[in-house]
Amino acid sequence: MKVRLATVWLGGCSGCHMSFLDLDEFLLELVDQVELVYSPVVDVKEYPENVDVCLIEGAVCNTDNLEILHRIRRHTKVLVAFGDCAVTANVPAIRNQLGLGNAESVLQHAYIEHAQNNPRVPRADGIVPPLLPRVLPVHQVVPVEYFLPGCPPPAGQIKTVVTQLLAGAAPQLAGAELKFG
Amino acid sequence: MAAKTLTIDDKHLSAEEGATLLQAAKEAGITLPTLCHLEGIYDVGACRLCLVEVKGLTKLVPACTTRVAEGMEVLTNSERLRKYRRMTLELLFAERNHICAVCVANGHCELQTLAYSLGMDHVRYEYRTPRWGVDHTHRLFGMDHNRCVLCSRCVRACWHVEGAGTKNVSGRGARAHIITDLNQPWGEADSCTACGKCVQACPTGALFHKGATVGEMVRDRHRLEFLVTARQKKEWITD
Ligand code: SF4
Ligand code: SF4
Ligand code: SF4
Ligand code: FES
Repeated sequence: MKVRLATVWLGGCSGCHMSFLDLDEFLLELVDQVELVYSPVVDVKEYPENVDVCLIEGAVCNTDNLEILHRIRRHTKVLVAFGDCAVTANVPAIRNQLGLGNAESVLQHAYIEHAQNNPRVPRADGIVPPLLPRVLPVHQVVPVEYFLPGCPPPAGQIKTVVTQLLAGAAPQLAGAELKFG
Repeated sequence: MAAKTLTIDDKHLSAEEGATLLQAAKEAGITLPTLCHLEGIYDVGACRLCLVEVKGLTKLVPACTTRVAEGMEVLTNSERLRKYRRMTLELLFAERNHICAVCVANGHCELQTLAYSLGMDHVRYEYRTPRWGVDHTHRLFGMDHNRCVLCSRCVRACWHVEGAGTKNVSGRGARAHIITDLNQPWGEADSCTACGKCVQACPTGALFHKGATVGEMVRDRHRLEFLVTARQKKEWITD
């Protein structure tokens, strides 16, 4: 039976997914072994049930991220924090340094102070998710099985981890395989 | 000088009296993780990464500031030590703001290298994300307090290699930080000779040459060692 694989993009820049696409011809081998059940690169709207492995890119920044992350945890056997934003919260978490009220002040800064035309903070209930008071790495919200840091993680390391997972082994990066930034 | 015999990880060896456990281990080919230690400058035991177990002592001791003694039995890689090292390292990452992706030292940082060698793939503690600034007032150098691990290598280089005494540690606990002169902006610190030794000494992205961008802050660590050897032994050796 094929492994049911998902990849998800929370508060990140999509760079980790770009690096995933850098797997080039290995992607063709992967297609034989996995069924991609949910990902920014496939058109599935709802995170499915019974997922074997999910690579999670991005930090937990807003209520949407939070909600889907809990759903992912409920329906997935193995979670991999994929890239620095997922592992450390990285650049998205810089706003945490501003302390309480940081979400509102970054919105003011970006959409009002720096606006050239039509200064207005976008707000639309049910469409634009509110920012969380603090940006969090994935493992501080739900338990995570494995960590694949890097900004982005190089394709070679993604391959190492995915290959080990498909072989049923527990991937563990160390030394030259490990990289932040 | 009298020699002392001891064992480190079951290796029997002799070391000169007055040598530190770190020196003895190094000579025996045993590497210990270090961060506040810098060849050529005296040790202070600030980072606690080089902790070792000594038989008969309940406390762990830093190898860089503990002298060899006759009959000492030292362990450098026990389960207990690995546990504490990993903890110490994670706390260092959680204490200030380490965002490697946008750091001048990315790829050339001793803190990063330690994380890789100890297999630290994530930090279990909550990040403190304190708000620290960047001092960009000096004409040649910058100081980013967000990346500082308070190893005091810069302070020791400034006082004991350059002899300027510009840099100091001020405050305690979480408020401890590096200052220049009487807590003035670096650019206004008259005692600074702009020698750049502190920048060479710094293991992280906290001190940098102005204009360096992400990953550009590569250092020449041997320069300080060269200066110290030249001064103390009157030997001008470069490799
Ligand atoms: S100082 Fe080192 S560990 Fe800290 S952000 Fe810079 S590269 Fe990363
Ligand atoms: S540049 Fe030289 S004198 Fe100035 S603070 Fe650094 S070590 Fe001290
Ligand atoms: S500025 Fe650099 S050398 Fe000085 S204490 Fe901080 S990390 Fe250490
Ligand atoms: S190297 Fe020994 S305590 Fe830092």
